[in-house]
Amino acid sequence: MVHVGKYLKEVTLAASLCLVSLSVPFYSATAAEATEAAPSALDGKAIAFDRKKGNCLSCHMIAGGDMAGNIAPPLIAMKARFPDKAVLRAQIADATVKNPASFMPPFGRHQILSEKEIDAVVDFIHAL
Amino acid sequence: MNLSFVKKVVTAGSVCLLLSGMSSAYADAAADVTRFQGYFLNKFKDKKVDGKPITLQDFADGVYAIDETSRETWNEIEEMPPYEIHIDEGKAMWEKPFANGKSYASCFADGPAIANKYPHWDKEKSMVITLPLALNNCLKANGEKPLKYKKGSINNILAYIAFESRGQKIDVKVPSDDPKAVAAYNKGKQFWLARRGQLNMSCAACHAQNSGLKVRGDLLSPALGQVTHFPVYRAKWGTVGTLHRRFSGCNKQVRAKPFKAQGEEYRNLEYFLTTMSNGLKLNGPSSRK
Ligand code: HEC
Ligand code: HEC
Repeated sequence: MVHVGKYLKEVTLAASLCLVSLSVPFYSATAAEATEAAPSALDGKAIAFDRKKGNCLSCHMIAGGDMAGNIAPPLIAMKARFPDKAVLRAQIADATVKNPASFMPPFGRHQILSEKEIDAVVDFIHAL
Repeated sequence: MNLSFVKKVVTAGSVCLLLSGMSSAYADAAADVTRFQGYFLNKFKDKKVDGKPITLQDFADGVYAIDETSRETWNEIEEMPPYEIHIDEGKAMWEKPFANGKSYASCFADGPAIANKYPHWDKEKSMVITLPLALNNCLKANGEKPLKYKKGSINNILAYIAFESRGQKIDVKVPSDDPKAVAAYNKGKQFWLARRGQLNMSCAACHAQNSGLKVRGDLLSPALGQVTHFPVYRAKWGTVGTLHRRFSGCNKQVRAKPFKAQGEEYRNLEYFLTTMSNGLKLNGPSSRK
């Protein structure tokens, strides 16, 4: 825990940059919308690991995933650190609210994942 | 107080300084170069290259300057370079007469070792001229068909020119008395700093802020020295590709719409990014993962 805490602080500091935020989005929301059709069977783990979806492993170490990047804090002991699920959801939906310089993609705001997909990912991550 | 923590704070502070200082509209290029190179030299000061402390020139090796493990494999590949055949084919292109009997030499009297003359600001045309653009201007002026800017035989002639130019120093000038040149430079800088695409990422985020860290299995190279060695043979491409092809790939991976190779945006970006590597020696072509 202590170790994770220290790592986190460093990451946050290093990330608090003065990047110009000149967002030029180019994407369609259709991919995210299409998946809304089958809400019941969403697998949070599969979405989190899928390179075309969450691709969380590109930056975070997550139990059960290979070839993780080392850009962001490992996602462990989540319940202890995020007692309030809504706070966790907010981080995933748009990390730039809490940290404007965040390198983490705004999964909700930029419709990288649909609302239901985010819910499924939150369930999976919160249980880690 | 924990020392490693203090160190981190200092580093983070200088990242902020780098980018905030650089985003001011009319900062002059020379000051940017000092800040930019200082940032990377400081960030990677503990790295060793072939057992010796890292130097400015080492950054010309891209990611292999900061990753001893993959450097070994890379050194082995460079002994039998996969781009060699492209240099030979480029030489043949350089020597082959055009239909009108002239050749590239008629446009480039000092050629073929001319890579360090590009990119440059052309006051008369009021634009950044890159080497690929100059080559195509030559072809067009001689009634020949221009080459494509990302893939194909343009890479052969570029590989030959890069090889002949090895050892030349990058020395891009941004004439401070020409507001249009300064504006082009600043546009390139803004491009480099701006977040884009669905993933909302800037060049700076990957190649400054997070350089030296891994996105999945890929170590992110420092932006310093990225332009010294093009065209590059990439295992992933299975051939040699241009710098603008790489720009386009890096835009696409954050799900941003890539810009036109040799369009104004990428030319200005090249102008900025190459200026940042002033003083480094050219070492193209090269090979990458
Ligand atoms: C491109 C990098 C990147 C990707 C991809 C990414 N993150 Fe993050 N994440 C970060 C960074 C950097 C932080 C550190 C805090 C900040 O800057 O927002 C972070 C922080 C977090 C946190 C807070 C951690 C803590 O302990 O406070 C959670 C939770 C999180 N990410 C979940 C996810 C999930 C779930 C995904 C995939 C759906 C994901 N991240 C994808 C970079 C990323
Ligand atoms: C999501 C992260 C990411 C972003 C954003 C990104 N790149 Fe890259 N880039 C990479 C990776 C990964 C590589 C391959 C490993 C390396 O050399 O860094 C790479 C390679 C390169 C190379 C080749 C380096 C070499 O030595 O051959 C250049 C040049 C480059 N990027 C420029 C840019 C520019 C300019 C931008 C912005 C338009 C940009 N990149 C945005 C991840 C990124």
